[in-house]
Amino acid sequence: MKMKKILTTALTVSLVGISLAACNSKGSDEGSSSPSASSPSSSASASSAAPEQSKEFRFALVEPPTLDPSLLKDAQSIIVDYGLFEGLTRLSADGEPQPAVAEKWDISEDGKTYTFHLRKDMKWSNGDPVTAHDFEFAWKRTLAKDTASDYAYFLFYLENGEEYNAGNATADQVGVKALDDYTLEAKLTKATPYFISLVAHNSYYPENQKVVEAKPDWASEADTIVTNGPFLLKKWEHNSNIVMEKNPNYYDKDKVHFTKVSVSLLEEDSTIYNLYQTDKIDWIGAQAGSIPSDHIPQMLKDGTAKVEPIAGTYYYEFNTTKKPFSNIKIRKAFSMAINRQAIIDNVTKGHQQPAFALVPPKIAGVDGKKFRELYPDNGFFTENVDEAKKLLAEGLQEEGLSKMPEFTLLYNTNEGHKAIAEAIADMWRKNLGVQVKVTNQEWGTFLNTRSAQQYDVARAGWGADFNHAINFTYDLIHSKSGNNDGKYSNAQVDKLLDDSLNAASEKDRLDKIAQAEKIAMADEMAELPIYYYTAVTTLKPGFTGVQSDYAGNLYWVFGDKQ
Amino acid sequence: MVRYILNKFIFMFLSLFLLITATFALMNAVPGSPLQSEKATTEQIQQNMKEYYGLDKPVIVQYGVYLKKLAHFDLGISMKKRFQSVNKAITRSFGYSFRLGIVSIITSVVAGCVLGIIAALYHRKFLDNLAMILAVLGLAVPSVVLAPLLQYLFSVKVRWFPVTGLTHPIDYVLPTIALSSVSIAFIARLIRSSMIESLNAEYIKTAKSKGLAGHVIVWKHALRNSILPVVTYLGYLIANVITGSVIIEQIFGIPGMGQFFVSCVIDRDYPMIMGTTIFYAVLLVASRFLADIIYVLVDPRMRASAGKAVK
Repeated sequence: MKMKKILTTALTVSLVGISLAACNSKGSDEGSSSPSASSPSSSASASSAAPEQSKEFRFALVEPPTLDPSLLKDAQSIIVDYGLFEGLTRLSADGEPQPAVAEKWDISEDGKTYTFHLRKDMKWSNGDPVTAHDFEFAWKRTLAKDTASDYAYFLFYLENGEEYNAGNATADQVGVKALDDYTLEAKLTKATPYFISLVAHNSYYPENQKVVEAKPDWASEADTIVTNGPFLLKKWEHNSNIVMEKNPNYYDKDKVHFTKVSVSLLEEDSTIYNLYQTDKIDWIGAQAGSIPSDHIPQMLKDGTAKVEPIAGTYYYEFNTTKKPFSNIKIRKAFSMAINRQAIIDNVTKGHQQPAFALVPPKIAGVDGKKFRELYPDNGFFTENVDEAKKLLAEGLQEEGLSKMPEFTLLYNTNEGHKAIAEAIADMWRKNLGVQVKVTNQEWGTFLNTRSAQQYDVARAGWGADFNHAINFTYDLIHSKSGNNDGKYSNAQVDKLLDDSLNAASEKDRLDKIAQAEKIAMADEMAELPIYYYTAVTTLKPGFTGVQSDYAGNLYWVFGDKQ
Repeated sequence: MVRYILNKFIFMFLSLFLLITATFALMNAVPGSPLQSEKATTEQIQQNMKEYYGLDKPVIVQYGVYLKKLAHFDLGISMKKRFQSVNKAITRSFGYSFRLGIVSIITSVVAGCVLGIIAALYHRKFLDNLAMILAVLGLAVPSVVLAPLLQYLFSVKVRWFPVTGLTHPIDYVLPTIALSSVSIAFIARLIRSSMIESLNAEYIKTAKSKGLAGHVIVWKHALRNSILPVVTYLGYLIANVITGSVIIEQIFGIPGMGQFFVSCVIDRDYPMIMGTTIFYAVLLVASRFLADIIYVLVDPRMRASAGKAVK
């Protein structure tokens, strides 16, 4: 056995010798035409020239599809743009909006007009001053029909925003206007208390008109992108790495400690883990790679990894348009017949929190309290097999069925989802004596099937777009929401949610939202909640201020290294 | 000879055209859309995006538009990575895959031939058995196992090689081994069986009886004859290897084009699916075409027949 190993090694070493000789001669032939052939020497000299007290932070990400604030929609792009751009406000790691480009703002009596006063000492990376016109331009660009941005609907709060997106209004009619170089006025269709958080979103970032109009693909290369954030994009070798450096002209540069940020662009989690093990990166988790699940228990035990709750909910959707899940009692029975804690302890192992409603504990409420602290979900329903059996029998009788027909539990192809689905189906079989088929579909097909209501029960997950309970209620249980794939519909819930938008005070608004959530979940079990997400992350010793933000994205911009 | 090549050439174009059409049709038949996203947007936003990418037109019109662009060698713009031209994405990533692929092919051919010759010369002896055990292992252990194993042993445990990257010569070692193991094994077995046959052939006996040196017989006479199946195999291998391997690129963090073959289908990124498929197909038919020509050059018997016998 040992002998064979030695021989294999000897053989491979000699083979490699041959191949390397071949590669070198090949390389010198093509050296002039291939840009990567020259990179080893240039990158080596660049790193040796770095100043003594440099502080570098390194992590890994999947290649961001674009860094264009109007177009990006992936967590990866968002994480990079946190460093490159800055909006009127910036969210803290907890999701609280803080002044950024806007030093202060006035809100009109009716809550519909916002006047932002911009700081005058901010510059674009090409030297141009950042003005209110850059915001007006960028917001209109995100909205414009021919920009065809996914996130245009994020600006539908603006007067005539939706009409402009449909081509039924002109750009001048859109409710955003630079009153002068440093004053921006936004007019909204209705009072939107979380608008100050919204303007921190990438779809509201400023853009340099001159740059964007000169080169539509300005944001896809390091040498053409023009940014205004605390970091500058120095290098972007696609699918390989991104290098950012501290912006010396950033107005609040004392708050920025990292001098250099290197991002390895990778997909494979085991490789990312190996990079961490060999000290090539400092962080894993929160959309910047994930710790391979077989290493999580050990890393949590020895304290190298930690668990942070994030604003996301893992749930199953009932197809309420179709028998038998159109019946409330049957929906309740299936939700009460599973043991959430057992799934978390034995299947997901990520220390998630069992969910009995939709709004996760991380979402803000009012007066410094979280929404879930004000409106706890523990009274919504209890896990109780006997009660579930009774409800199932009653529900079936109401529907005129003698026994529960066989149905399908659908999830998108993924090992993690599979394990959860199998565990839940097993609990249903054992506790309710029903027949369940567990099937999976590849992502694209799955989305199609789910939005066409061609399923019985389907997996779903929802992460926060902004830090407000409305994002987990209106989007999931309002009958008009495009994300309500179970087509749950209740006029009272709709009315409460609609009214909440026009509520007089924040407390009143949250009361209405909580009431709507209670009806939909406690009384009618519109969805089957399973758990509130957590992020399992690990960080090398010596770093501070690097963490997962409330929504589960890596928050690194103001981190420090000892 | 000219007619033979011309025939092959026409056939090559025809198969490419059929492939483009089939891919286009299949791609549109698969459920899901390039504009899908987990979070629903409004119908108007979907409509805007359809118009932007020309997906609002009937499929047959889209096909015509695509062919027209293709005639100008324009593969369009990626739908997932907005503003990134498919041509650029392919050329950028192909460089990495190509370099690794060439190293791997040379390694495969050299190592495969050496192993195969040793096995044939020591037929049914210890070295033959050893070489064939290695070959079976190479064929049996998939790269999805071999690559992480190599990385774990040599990059994490003993740290001789970096985990990721493809800039320095040393970076090539592990990916090359992982990428070449199957083809080394395959070539070794091909060479071994045809060598054994050649070594027993009449003309080798003649050469031996003429008193030619052993190595001359092996290298000049026996190997030349035995290498023909390898040339055929190389036609497939080249196209396969230089366009990259998803698994090896992902594990060793190589920014090659192998990953596109999978990611573009998951994303339903139509222009990217078409672009990578066409690119791969062109390489495949071109390298088979080359293999056919090399075949004629290597084998004098083919040269004689090529002019007439081939339909």
